[in-house]
Amino acid sequence: MKRTILFLCAGALGLAQNAEIKRPIVVTPGEKPPIAVPDFRGAGDAQPLMGTFNRVVWNELQNSGQLKLIPKTMYPLTVPQQPADFRPPVNGKSQGPWFSDWSSPPVNGRYLAFGYTAAQNGQLTLYGWLYDVQQTSTSSAQLLAKVYVGSPDESGSRKVAQEFAADILKLFGGSSLMGSRIYFVSDRTGHKEIWSMNYDGSDQKQFTSYRTITTFPVVSSDGTKIAFTTYPMRAATPGHPATEDQPKIYVHSLETGRKLVYLNQNASMNAASDFMPDNRHLLIYSTASAGISQIFMTDIDGGNFHRVTNTRSLEVEAKANPKTGADIVFLSGRGGTPQVYRMNIDGTDVARLTTGEGDCANPAWSPDGQHIAFVWSRGFEPGNFNIFIMDVASQELVQLTHGAGRNENPNWAPDGVHIVFSSKRGRNTQIYTMLADGTQVQQLTTQGNNEKPVWTKGTQ
Amino acid sequence: MSVSDRLHASRFAATLLVLTLAAVAPGCKKKVPPPPPPPAPHTEPAPPSVARASVNSFTAEPSTIERGQSSTLSWSISNATDMSIDHGVGAVQSQGQRQVFPTSTTTYTLTANGPGGSDTRTVTVTVNTPPPPPPPSTGPRLSSAEMLQQQSQDAYFDYDKSDIRNDARDALTRDAGLLKQIFAQDPNFTVVVEGHCDERGSAEYNLALGDKRASAAKDFLVQLGVAGDRIKTISYGKERPQCTEANEDCWQKNRRAHLSAGQ
Repeated sequence: MKRTILFLCAGALGLAQNAEIKRPIVVTPGEKPPIAVPDFRGAGDAQPLMGTFNRVVWNELQNSGQLKLIPKTMYPLTVPQQPADFRPPVNGKSQGPWFSDWSSPPVNGRYLAFGYTAAQNGQLTLYGWLYDVQQTSTSSAQLLAKVYVGSPDESGSRKVAQEFAADILKLFGGSSLMGSRIYFVSDRTGHKEIWSMNYDGSDQKQFTSYRTITTFPVVSSDGTKIAFTTYPMRAATPGHPATEDQPKIYVHSLETGRKLVYLNQNASMNAASDFMPDNRHLLIYSTASAGISQIFMTDIDGGNFHRVTNTRSLEVEAKANPKTGADIVFLSGRGGTPQVYRMNIDGTDVARLTTGEGDCANPAWSPDGQHIAFVWSRGFEPGNFNIFIMDVASQELVQLTHGAGRNENPNWAPDGVHIVFSSKRGRNTQIYTMLADGTQVQQLTTQGNNEKPVWTKGTQ
Repeated sequence: MSVSDRLHASRFAATLLVLTLAAVAPGCKKKVPPPPPPPAPHTEPAPPSVARASVNSFTAEPSTIERGQSSTLSWSISNATDMSIDHGVGAVQSQGQRQVFPTSTTTYTLTANGPGGSDTRTVTVTVNTPPPPPPPSTGPRLSSAEMLQQQSQDAYFDYDKSDIRNDARDALTRDAGLLKQIFAQDPNFTVVVEGHCDERGSAEYNLALGDKRASAAKDFLVQLGVAGDRIKTISYGKERPQCTEANEDCWQKNRRAHLSAGQ
């Protein structure tokens, strides 16, 4: 009964429980769409939760880096809470709140997010809209109209706020980071182990406890698996102390946490560098066959081991184009110093992408397969790395960090806009995120040394 | 004639001869003068008196030694023309000293000859044999792992390289000798060649470079005859630094191949 009432209410407001989202908005490259996001108010018991709600909506949209949020100080005093609040002018005369309040100076907005919340029937309900305020009627202006529900508390308030923000971002072709996690290496227990955390650094949890050296994590794009390199400990026997075995690849399920079967080659060194976009193959580097590190591909369980590079140099860190899976970037010493190369997956068409000066490392594709991030010592002594982004087609470069020191292992967020990396800016190495233009740098870790972060897709 | 006839004949002849001589001998007695007495001995005048060779003194100092030590023979001789000491000393002058190194108790004989006669003298050098060394201790010897740890040497590399340079050749050559010795006396022992890098390159590239260094060191040892099936390689990349300072001194210490005990 209660459910039916809710539905009818929603219907009366012109909303369905899961209203479809209209076509994605085309964004002019280089321009961030200006959006106004006034504070929402909550009816009755919902009002105490609105501080959290408004802060989360604002931060999610701001941190995405995809929108230009207009400062709230510019906003008109009267803020609409539902479509019916808008009154089109008659004969040029204002009849009440209208789109022009938001599209004209001083706001100069293009988009407006508005709505309200109510606490009823034991849940928190959000009614949310996104309008293009440069249109002339409410029907043509409406881009998003949706109802969200959550528990009537802080956590529920946070949830509906994140979901609303995620839907807005989707409209602009972007994605929310909601639900995405970062896997990384931490030595805070005294051993290097794999850990994970939310994309904002909250909820840091230990994932492995092998009590040896465990490092170089890579995650599948579907978020179901992680592969890493570990030195398995061999137990002590009478007269012999415990020793480490040669580095091997382990694969774990991210859903159950359990170790999965992976058959390592019988070689002195095996390390994983990337899952293929089909999530059924692994790119690895190994000393099998050749006695020197070369790039190979295997099935997800280690079977069908076959060779990708064929040189007498050190070949490491192969990453597959996430869009096509048809080509790879990798790090090679074939030119004398470690440089980034690109190659078709069948071994044809090898090209060096970096200039050849200095040392390079850690190439990583953007989700759209158009750019790579990598590190380079250009301008500094070996061992000092800065993060660069290269357009793969044009080889145009953008430098994102600029100091001496070590900035390493850049990896892209699923939104294609954020980059996570590690940096030694003090005594220890910590993990940071930033936008792909180098701005909005945020530190995520503080305890011990933390490095080698990789970003899994979120739940959205 | 037959044999027996001949015998009869010779016997008869012999008997006849004997009878004839017996008959003649007593009847052949003539008077023969007694032989003249021998002449009286000619008394030579006594020769002038020549002193005999004489050993005045013949000593050994010290007369008792430990094996490996020496003693000095001293002598003084008169009236001799030909003097010698045995046991390898040989001809000597009438006065002299000689250092001798007998390995066991030896009696030296000095012989002096002269026109007047000879003389000999002996002296004995007593050689004490040292007490036997104590038997080997039955306590624990160095284990193979301890021997390896104490006596092996690291091989060092240039930046971004895995070539065996001259100082590394020396170190690995010594290590080869050490390993052959350890393997011979400990059939179960195996060794691990670890490859390490300095902190400057990326961890991923250094994992591969460390492996190449370990491989190069192992190949060198095998070429010198060390059993390859008892050597395993493991790269630690830059994960196990010896030191952490950011200077060439520390970086060089980390660019190394190191031997450790296997399982």
